[in-house]
Amino acid sequence: MDLTTTLTGFVALYIFMLAAFTGYEIIGRVPSILHTPLMSGSNFVHGIVVVGAMYALLNATSTVEQVIGFVGVLLGAGNAAGGYVVTERMLEMFKPSAKKSENKPAAEGGASSEASRA
Amino acid sequence: MSSDLQMNPQLVIDASYLAAAFLFIYGLKRMSSPVTARSGIVVAGFGMLVAVLASFLYFFGVNEAALPHLSTNVSLAALALGLGTTWAWWSGKRVAMTAMPQMVALYNGMGGGAAAAIAAVELLRPNAEHAPVPLVVTIVGALIGAVSLSGSLIAWAKLDGRIHGTWRITGQQAFNALVFIATLAIGAYVVFVAHGHANPAVVAAFFAGALLFGVLMTMPIGGADMPVVISLYNAFTGLAVGFEGYVLQNPALMIAGMVVGSAGTLLTLLMAKAMNRSVSNVIFSNFGAAGADQQGEIKGSQKPAEAGDAAINMRYASKVIIAPGYGLAVAQAQHKLYEFVKLLGDAGVEVKFAIHPVAGRMPGHMNVLLAEAGVPYDMIYDLEDINGEFKEADVAVVIGANDTVNPAARTNKASPIYGMPILNVDQARQVYVIKRGQGKGYSGVENELFFADNCNLVYGDAQKVMVAMIQAIKALEGTGH
Repeated sequence: MDLTTTLTGFVALYIFMLAAFTGYEIIGRVPSILHTPLMSGSNFVHGIVVVGAMYALLNATSTVEQVIGFVGVLLGAGNAAGGYVVTERMLEMFKPSAKKSENKPAAEGGASSEASRA
Repeated sequence: MSSDLQMNPQLVIDASYLAAAFLFIYGLKRMSSPVTARSGIVVAGFGMLVAVLASFLYFFGVNEAALPHLSTNVSLAALALGLGTTWAWWSGKRVAMTAMPQMVALYNGMGGGAAAAIAAVELLRPNAEHAPVPLVVTIVGALIGAVSLSGSLIAWAKLDGRIHGTWRITGQQAFNALVFIATLAIGAYVVFVAHGHANPAVVAAFFAGALLFGVLMTMPIGGADMPVVISLYNAFTGLAVGFEGYVLQNPALMIAGMVVGSAGTLLTLLMAKAMNRSVSNVIFSNFGAAGADQQGEIKGSQKPAEAGDAAINMRYASKVIIAPGYGLAVAQAQHKLYEFVKLLGDAGVEVKFAIHPVAGRMPGHMNVLLAEAGVPYDMIYDLEDINGEFKEADVAVVIGANDTVNPAARTNKASPIYGMPILNVDQARQVYVIKRGQGKGYSGVENELFFADNCNLVYGDAQKVMVAMIQAIKALEGTGH
């Protein structure tokens, strides 16, 4: 039973196309108050590159490849870990007002809170 | 067959990547609302952990040529993972919220560098067989990744105050184009002439050209254009990661990279739109060089006001809207600002925050600062949600913002910022502008708001002004009881 993935030609294009639409749809609906955590969150997600760098390093056959692979894993790990920490720190700070926390805040910028104040 | 499945490390790796791709997308989805955002990053983080741990299973499937080096390579991988993670975790934990734009730029550049490193290893592998299409994708990904690395490093250095000002030479556009074309030419040589087996020196020249181009491209850009640049490089790294994922036949990289690539592109376009400029205009034009002589005379004079008087005026207002800008971050005044706002709130004043999309140095910069100070996000409003309310406001306070509140964007067709959406603070009954001096905004345009009849300027560092305002209110409350 062969489960090897071969992602050539059109299969790869389909993956790229669907992923691009997914990214567009997910981000398109994010309120601008979350733009920074969102950017740093997506910054974290492309830290998955560390996995590719690990593959390159484990398959290295010469010193040059080992050095470049090492740098790649180092940078990729920094991208992933740093992206995670700063995103988590920022998101932890976003809180609704205490008195209104029982209301479910609207994601699109607080139309409900405006009504409750008026 | 079941034993066959259990024994197949590649199957475990593939399944882990599938899980990781799902968790990334689900995590990003949860991050699209403030209520669930925190859990979103945790979900995505779990996906990353799964993928990285599974990748050690590559151990069982390395090339025969790499077998003699396997123990060294695994040790190197573990060491690099440990060092990179420890450093980034430590730096990420201690960075101040005001310094967040440069840290995001730095981590992003590292990702671009990792993608470029993958490409470099592919291009230097002596016995590799390269099909034409993957080779083209490798080179393109390498180019984008390397530009993202050096460009992000320059952005980091600029935001961190290590490089000052913008750096331009005459004929820079032509020189940049030359470097870019030369890099492309070397890349084309590597792909179509050498078929992926170019001399290492040629490959090195290709990367040097790409890195140089990233530096040249970023050096002239500064200040208020930074949100666009940071967001653009985020998209670049995503694309580079996606492309190298294709080269490595790794669907997790392809999906994650492309999701980020398209999301980053969308965010970049949103940022540019908020400045009424195209992305290429932000990247390639000398904003602020022109314009000074194009504007008409501004009538009136700048009228100063004391911080204490302004504070007491706000204390007896019924509605106050605050429009912060980069000056708030520079002065680290967000905590004092919220302390002041709470005093106003206790006195029954309705206070709202109005955030321009490109206020600060990265998308959503102000929201992060206000959140750090403890401002609940339901007090914070986007431009389109709040702009109608300024005419009902008794007082509008501008803190360290300039171009984003310049009415010339609405009225003066000759102004370089004409057409940019702005916060309509000038429509409030009284406007206070807290700024350090009489300087112009990033665009180099004089702000006619500061000369308006209903506008007074409170000069000083935003944090000191806030302290003075807090004292004025407290003194007033003290005598009142």
